[in-house]
Amino acid sequence: MDHSAATGKQRRQTAAPELPTGRLHTSVALRAVEPRTTWWHWLLAPALGTILIVGWEALARSGLYADFIIPAPTTVAARWWAIASDGSLLRHAAVTLREVLTGLLIGVAAAFWLGYGIARSRLVAYTLTPYLVALQAVPIVAVAPLLIIWFGAGIASKVIICALLVFFPMLINTVLGMRSIPTDLRDLMESLEATPRQTFLYLELPAALPIVLSGLKVSATLAVIGAVVGEFVSASAGLGYLINFGRGIYDTPLVIAAVLTLTALALTLYGLTVLLERLLLGWQQAGHK
Amino acid sequence: MPHPPAILAAEQISHVYTGPSGDVPALDHVSLGLSRESFVCLVGPSGCGKSTLLRILAGLLRPTAGRALLEGQPITRAQRRIGIIFQKSNLMPWRTVYSNLSLPLELAGVPVEEQARRTLAMLELTGLQNFAEAYPAELSGGMAQRVAIGRALIHDPEVLLLDEPFGALDALTREQMSEELLHIWARARKTVLMVTHSIPEAVLLADRVLVMSPRPGRIIADIEIPLLRPRSLDLLHRSDFVALTERLRRSIRAG
Ligand SMILES: Nc1ncnc2c1ncn2[C@@H]1O[C@H](COP(=O)(O)OP(=O)(O)OP(=O)(O)O)[C@@H](O)[C@H]1O
Ligand SMILES: [Mg+2]
Repeated sequence: MDHSAATGKQRRQTAAPELPTGRLHTSVALRAVEPRTTWWHWLLAPALGTILIVGWEALARSGLYADFIIPAPTTVAARWWAIASDGSLLRHAAVTLREVLTGLLIGVAAAFWLGYGIARSRLVAYTLTPYLVALQAVPIVAVAPLLIIWFGAGIASKVIICALLVFFPMLINTVLGMRSIPTDLRDLMESLEATPRQTFLYLELPAALPIVLSGLKVSATLAVIGAVVGEFVSASAGLGYLINFGRGIYDTPLVIAAVLTLTALALTLYGLTVLLERLLLGWQQAGHK
Repeated sequence: MPHPPAILAAEQISHVYTGPSGDVPALDHVSLGLSRESFVCLVGPSGCGKSTLLRILAGLLRPTAGRALLEGQPITRAQRRIGIIFQKSNLMPWRTVYSNLSLPLELAGVPVEEQARRTLAMLELTGLQNFAEAYPAELSGGMAQRVAIGRALIHDPEVLLLDEPFGALDALTREQMSEELLHIWARARKTVLMVTHSIPEAVLLADRVLVMSPRPGRIIADIEIPLLRPRSLDLLHRSDFVALTERLRRSIRAG
């Protein structure tokens, strides 16, 4: 009992500071009550998954529901395999991935530099803050149709939606990260006659990195949502388009296959940000071993 | 001032903080001079302006009135020639002991081989050879403070300002650290101004002890410590040492 409480506490201390926007952090929160594990504990989750899938298959085959309402897992798998092997899944996934990555890059870069400016300069902070607060209240998803009108049904409008969704969590994390730098360390850099460039590279960037990366983690999944929303409104390719298309022709297995692919995409992106965090923030593990 | 030409001096320095709750006068016409390679301690009640004075002397804060001088030149900005050690060890948690020590050399653009040579020498001087690759989170308070001292010494500043460097340590570690500081100082002669709350520590380390009044701080006493060097912790029980601590205690109370 005591043992598990102690490890739970340590885990919370080592985790990077996070904003309440993190959705996937539920997994971390749930694992905090981790009991002592033996080998068969690892089988529990896969066992539950198997039972659910078998139950789903049985329900679909029972004839209670039409096939286009609840298709069997095997039907979905077959549909997935069909679009995967004729190359169309890859084509659509590639479009969505491109929108997500470009939007992510633009949104993160813009938010980082603007956040840096706000944290470093009162002038910038006072000029921009009211607009940023107002802009944050705009439901980006509702603006998506407008962006399609302005930027067309192609990739550009989706990139912008992704970038806008990513922008605010990233901006807030950057400002918080920069403001969390101890004044004593700033004084140290000053007394060592560090240039502004050195102060950025040696102090500000590494000090803000944990909070910035936790913003990136949230942003990665948000960007996927942004791309799909844009594709829902108007598009001729992408996984969101595929879902919309499948719904239109009552191809429910196609809809589910596309949703599963999107989930895999979001999880992969999230996993990559976690990996990046491990790679760059190894020092945070020091002293907690 | 009756002292030999000072390397670091304060001339009639006054400082007033302006805040939302009104003006706070922190320093009131403080003058002092540190002669080269002397070790001076600064004591005074909490909040009397000691840290403020140190920050002004380091060039990190502009005084409201008066000026700070380094070899007769007004100090207008922070500079490498004046090293500063803060109350908290103030290390970069993402850097190892080794790279925390080498930071000032990296910033100054010292050639890489030279950096390595001096960093290794400093690891030895501070007794941290076995912790070169450790991160600050893995160090004890005393070890972390030793890294901070090493980092302040590595680029060889002429003046060292220490703001209660051992304030966060337990009494035993603190005594050990002051003795180590004596050793380090004996080998790398610097001009030192150190703020401390501990009267025995001040007497053990210093050539002179300056006493400040409660806020706004003024220098109210300047006491010579004529004890011979090298000094060690054995001094703590000698009668002349005890007499000096008593004298210092009385002059603090008089303020
Ligand atoms: N940034 C600031 N803004 C406003 N007032 C300040 C500021 N820094 C210090 N003060 C005030 O100035 C006075 C002197 O502060 P200072 O930190 O120099 O004292 P100190 O002698 O170092 O105290 P201590 O021994 O507790 O460290 C204090 O009353 C403090 O409240
Ligand atoms: Mg202080």
